[in-house]
Amino acid sequence: MTAALLDIERLQVRFGQTVAVADASLRVAKGEAVGIVGESGSGKSATVLAAMRLHPPGASVTASRLSLDGHDVRTLPDRRMASLRGGFAAMIFQDPLTALNPLMAVGRQIAEVVAAHRGLRGGQARAAAILLMERVGIGDAAVRAHHFPHQFSGGMRQRVMIAAALAGDPALLIADEPTTALDVTVQADIVRLIRRLRAERDMGLVWVTHDLALMAGIVDRVVVMYAGRVMETAPVDALYAAPRHPYTVALLASLRRDGVQAEASGAPVPPGGCAFAPRCPARMARCDTAPPMLRAGGTEAACWTLAA
Amino acid sequence: MNELAALSGVSVRYASGGRVHVGLDRVDYAVAAHETAAVIGESGCGKTTLGRTLLLLQTPSEGRVHFAGEDLTALSGAALRRRRRLMQMMFQDPYASLNPRMTIGETLAEPLVVHGMETWRSAQARVAEALAMVGLAAAMQARLPHEFSGGQRQRIAIARAVIGRPRLVVADEPLSALDITLQGQILGLFRRLQESLGLTYVFISHDLPVVGRIASRVAVMLGGCIVEEGPTQEVFSRPAHPYTQALLDAVPIADPAAERLRQAREPSSPAGRPAREARAQGCPFVQRCPHAMAMCADIRPERAEVAPGRTAACWLHRADA
Repeated sequence: MTAALLDIERLQVRFGQTVAVADASLRVAKGEAVGIVGESGSGKSATVLAAMRLHPPGASVTASRLSLDGHDVRTLPDRRMASLRGGFAAMIFQDPLTALNPLMAVGRQIAEVVAAHRGLRGGQARAAAILLMERVGIGDAAVRAHHFPHQFSGGMRQRVMIAAALAGDPALLIADEPTTALDVTVQADIVRLIRRLRAERDMGLVWVTHDLALMAGIVDRVVVMYAGRVMETAPVDALYAAPRHPYTVALLASLRRDGVQAEASGAPVPPGGCAFAPRCPARMARCDTAPPMLRAGGTEAACWTLAA
Repeated sequence: MNELAALSGVSVRYASGGRVHVGLDRVDYAVAAHETAAVIGESGCGKTTLGRTLLLLQTPSEGRVHFAGEDLTALSGAALRRRRRLMQMMFQDPYASLNPRMTIGETLAEPLVVHGMETWRSAQARVAEALAMVGLAAAMQARLPHEFSGGQRQRIAIARAVIGRPRLVVADEPLSALDITLQGQILGLFRRLQESLGLTYVFISHDLPVVGRIASRVAVMLGGCIVEEGPTQEVFSRPAHPYTQALLDAVPIADPAAERLRQAREPSSPAGRPAREARAQGCPFVQRCPHAMAMCADIRPERAEVAPGRTAACWLHRADA
């Protein structure tokens, strides 16, 4: 069996007293697309940042497993990690303006990644960068390569970042809310581009998002996070057809209907209880103890209702 | 139609860097009393400028702005200020629009004091009442903005908009900063307040599903123009303008099989920046339109009735074309 592209088990990320990720496990197989969905503060970004060792200094990261391509992210020397990052696994972000260098022409930025990961130099790296820009649908790439990030529209800037991410020919692309800041018509173009690139390269994908509808068409499997924990993980069709965790049910309901929300007690839960219990309409006495991941068919959910 | 607020022939032009930027281009728009209207379109289409101009927070370069039968552009000074209490604006980011050093009680009382309706002391009861209306405890008025969650701050922004008993509220992307499970609650709150206070809403939004849930009428903007307007359900189920169709085609569907199919389809019109170059004389959609004809680049179609209560600015719907 080949190593998973990404393998995370019992991840915890803390900033001092604040727990960003309390308990997250997820695995991405070769060529697989996994969605991580959750609301703000659910720990979805902190999870993927820790996996890339891009968490802020001062954060404490513990896990029983944290590996990229079979390499332990926690113990890998910085140089090896740097070559894995951008080479084996690349990341794109919501805001390309903060991810790109505003003082460097975009062609040079992409060429730098090409040089670092493919060993090409000078004119060869520049030519490869222009090819990449064409591949992601930037017209007139040879001219546009000399332009600076602020001279591109939001959608085109996102394409520049994707071109830079592809420069190292990654086996895994991690996309953190890559279309959230874009207009819907531009979003549709970027999604189409990422689907095409995945098909061409058999590239694995982690799609971090709060948009359940858009994600439905992109990923094979979904991981639902809430308050730093994985609440449910299931194949995408099963998740939408038969969500098992009451939180997933609530998320899908707020997407499909008009704010009809089942009544929840709102009562606080003791430490160590299920984080969703105060908002949960299906709360029971046992919810004062956090449930483990329980299995039902292809779905796993951290909810006592599956134990019944 | 019992018209509450209207723009007639309104243009907004800004001069910047020696060039003239057109924010609104000869726009006619009206909203009826007690209705919920929405204005949709991509970034830069002019929807926020339309909302601001409706409240005369933006002065039009030409055209008239009417509110409750009066021409606001003919008023000034104290007369205009008196009308302002009746027209309120809500912004996307409540945190940025709340003064971080003022307690919520002070923030809510301020408009009442400014408009001479209450003194700081006498405003207390009204503040407590406004907080109750949005589902917050009166005791919270002593707190500062940072002590509230995102959903609570949005409730405070709503309380501030309605505390002076306005007739019209223009809300610019009021839900887009909120988590999806909170959006339903805030939508419900907007509805309840509309009923109890007799409010008229104009929602400015890029989120078509949300607009479909709340607005009875919708205007679609592109390049500073309204290109289609009508009852939301009709416009969304049978769009008349190719641009409206393109926007609807781009909306994701919360169903894996249907959404995979949608994403695999080629778009009817490629995305891109609004065609500003063509705006001067032709249709603002001409460069992206799958139905573009020779005349579309040269002559801008005026908005005309395509069905009872529905208008569109497209040559496809003009018998005289």
